Amino acid sequence: MESAVVESRPEVLAALARILPREALLVEAEDTRPYECDGLTLIRQRPMAVALPQTEAQVVAVLRLCHRLGVPVVPRGAGTGLAGSALPDAGGVLLSMARFNRILAVDRRACTATVEPGVRNLAISEAAAPQGLYYAPDPSSQVACTIGGNVAENSGGVHCLKYGLTLHNVLRVRGYTVDGEAVEFGSLAPDAAGLDLLALVVGSEGMLAVTMEVTVRLVPRPELARCIMASFADVAQAGDAVAALIAAGIIPAGLEMLDQAASRLVEPFAHAGYDLEAAAVLLCESDGTPEEVEEEIAHMSQVLRAAQATRIQVSRDEAERLKFWAGRKNAFPAAGRAAPAYYCTDGTIPRKHIGQMLKSIQAMERRYGLSCPNVFHAGDGNLHPLVLFDDSDPDSVARAEAFGAEILEESVRLGGTVTGEHGVGMEKLNQMCSQFDRPTLDAFAAVKRAFDPAGTLNPGKVIPSLHRCAEYGRQRVVGGALPHPELPRF
Amino acid sequence: MDATLGQLVEQVRGATQARTPLRIRAGGSKDFYGNPSRGQILDPRPWQGIEAYDPSELVVTARAGTRLAELEAVLAAQGQMLAFEPPHFGPDATVGGCVAAGLAGPRRASAGYTHGGLRDFLLGARLLDGRGQLLRFGGTVMKNVAGYDVARVLAGSLGVLGLLVDVSLKVLPLPRAEVTLRFELGEAQALERLCDWQGRPLPVSGSAWCQGALTVRLSGAEAALAAARGRLGGEAIAAADASAFWQDLREHQLEWFAGELPLWRLAVPPQAPPLALVGAQLIEWGGGQRWLRSAQAPARIREEAARLGGHATLFRGGDRAGGVFSPLNPALLAIHRRLKQAFDPAGIFNPDRLVQGL
Ligand SMILES: Cc1cc2nc3c(=O)[nH]c(=O)nc-3n(C[C@H](O)[C@H](O)[C@H](O)COP(=O)(O)OP(=O)(O)OC[C@H]3O[C@@H](n4cnc5c(N)ncnc54)[C@H](O)[C@@H]3O)c2cc1C
Repeated sequence: MESAVVESRPEVLAALARILPREALLVEAEDTRPYECDGLTLIRQRPMAVALPQTEAQVVAVLRLCHRLGVPVVPRGAGTGLAGSALPDAGGVLLSMARFNRILAVDRRACTATVEPGVRNLAISEAAAPQGLYYAPDPSSQVACTIGGNVAENSGGVHCLKYGLTLHNVLRVRGYTVDGEAVEFGSLAPDAAGLDLLALVVGSEGMLAVTMEVTVRLVPRPELARCIMASFADVAQAGDAVAALIAAGIIPAGLEMLDQAASRLVEPFAHAGYDLEAAAVLLCESDGTPEEVEEEIAHMSQVLRAAQATRIQVSRDEAERLKFWAGRKNAFPAAGRAAPAYYCTDGTIPRKHIGQMLKSIQAMERRYGLSCPNVFHAGDGNLHPLVLFDDSDPDSVARAEAFGAEILEESVRLGGTVTGEHGVGMEKLNQMCSQFDRPTLDAFAAVKRAFDPAGTLNPGKVIPSLHRCAEYGRQRVVGGALPHPELPRF
Repeated sequence: MDATLGQLVEQVRGATQARTPLRIRAGGSKDFYGNPSRGQILDPRPWQGIEAYDPSELVVTARAGTRLAELEAVLAAQGQMLAFEPPHFGPDATVGGCVAAGLAGPRRASAGYTHGGLRDFLLGARLLDGRGQLLRFGGTVMKNVAGYDVARVLAGSLGVLGLLVDVSLKVLPLPRAEVTLRFELGEAQALERLCDWQGRPLPVSGSAWCQGALTVRLSGAEAALAAARGRLGGEAIAAADASAFWQDLREHQLEWFAGELPLWRLAVPPQAPPLALVGAQLIEWGGGQRWLRSAQAPARIREEAARLGGHATLFRGGDRAGGVFSPLNPALLAIHRRLKQAFDPAGIFNPDRLVQGL
């Protein structure tokens, strides 16, 4: 391990000021406050300084300096993350990559785009559109979130069931390890020599390397897409319909569910035409050639009817299809209007347990005295319960956090995971103790050290300490809020 | 713990204590692949069988010693498949060996939802590391970003980080229909054509060019295939001949693969121009995978692959003592060393097989 000298704040700031222009360094509280949290506003921390480099040389200089002085560095894109992965370190530098927002190349022959890390997700598809191509992963936050953040979180979107996550659509990442050493993962060829380190870097929450350039795969825009809106009288039936579609050999381009609370939440806002009497609405999309879509829509409709759908409506044109999706895509802003605050969790479970999980969440709503609409990636089993609460009331905040934690515990119990696409960050550190045993958590720490021996790149995220897990285990016993006393504890 | 698994754990612990190398070997179907290695044989085959398979979840979990042919038969009975079409290279190939080798067949470069290599379909894995610990990475659900995605790194790791114990793979429905077309084309024209098709919404699920003929497979709904055929032209191949062709290509049983000259695999950006190398070629994956039979100097072949932005592997035969994979640069090599140290501190698993000296 390299020995790092931890310098005092004024010395670090003076050293940073020597390598960054004045406008690229923020140190005053009022200037750094906008960076004190990401999309998870429950946890806040101001950094010692915010660096906003404009050149690659400045990024390298900041990394080298911080490495030499033992100062933590936390990379940040647009700050839309929902798990606190970009939470600053009190004694560290927040490294904003947002200014690197150029699209370097769109290659029609190779079907790739090479972009800087601060480029917004949607901007890639916009730049590729004249070539008839687009970048498939489409998080709901795509107008704002950056590709650097997408790579770090392995973000998904409503079309990932068919087209894959960020991981499946990124060919190459060029960047720097925390000591400022240049590295390149993956390649423009189908694979690269050695271990597949690209698979580690994607989804590593900015803890293994700083991304400087990304090459993504572009795919041809389908000629046609149509969407079915199907109503169900019971959430369990809607869950079973999801399994039935897959069992019938269909991979929809999108397969999303809204429960009644969610439809009622978004409808006044988005006017999507959702069936507000239905216990659940499924959005099921088909894309491809017109012939293919016609055949698939017929097949899907038949399966949905057999699965007890009470109403089926197929989008007649592109405007109507977009209207169906508008409700789904605006769920978060709608939640923001309906309550002072909302808390979105991200557990993923086997599809067959969707109905059971939604019923458990209904029971939790009563227990915690908070409502929780559900709108989620049903095809992948990826839930996004939106716990509505009042952030000015500490008791409401505490109940919301406990509610979210219980959903995550239940996801693990059902054989799933605590996070499908938002990341662990700070938010899910406790539940990592439930999902993984200590040797596996130690292996994660060893992977971290393989890239960052001194542990200064985005420290404290993802991997819970031994102490934290012991504390969490104790709390859950003492608090008596143990949801499943039959499970073994450590 | 199950007694069979317990024995594997004991063998690993013993080897770590004594610092004696272990050579992981199951069916031996991929003995030819990778750098020469050494050590006492560690055979996972007693640990075999399918642990869980629920077709509507699109995931299967199998023990490493399960025969690959058995797994594929179980999936086919439910109308599903391993979409990356792994080559078996022999009837005894196992699931563990398949994942460790990380190889994929013709469907690797397909358009649409079957696109991707083995790692893209690997959802989770249990690993027996050098300390004799069982580590569980990933899981059985489609989306999972809890912790680093170590499972996927095991794809193609050739066993250097430990013994794969069980793996969970995403499976997909078999295509509803397929058709194979053939075109008489020279190399440069074929590459150009493939490039053009890639950028258009066509259901291409396999391509192979050799000896002046480009063979292309389309998969999907009947209606989509009919429409695509109308646009592409070419001559349709009888279904039985077509399926034999793709099977033989996947297993390297085509006539083209016979012979004594070293077999190289070049992975290059698909749009790269024809190789400036001497030898016979078979081109797959829309131009991304180029098989080359050549006696040219390894350094020259590597240089050409690097010039085009890819890498070259001495796949079969040739002089393997000099290392069969393209060398890693120092920054990546340092990370490899630290990962190896973390999972296998005594350096017992498959020494040299993936990276010489590791
Ligand atoms: C309304 C809303 C809807 C959302 N919908 C979805 C959705 O549908 N699917 C989904 O997956 N997510 C969704 N998200 C979550 C979020 O948008 C994604 O996680 C996104 O990828 C974060 O990108 P960002 O640029 O905002 O990154 P940030 O939040 O700034 O950072 C996220 C992580 O990336 C790291 N990072 C950022 N840039 C770099 C870099 N250049 N190098 C190294 N590390 C870097 C940070 O350190 C941090 O760990 C949503 C969020 C909101 C607010």
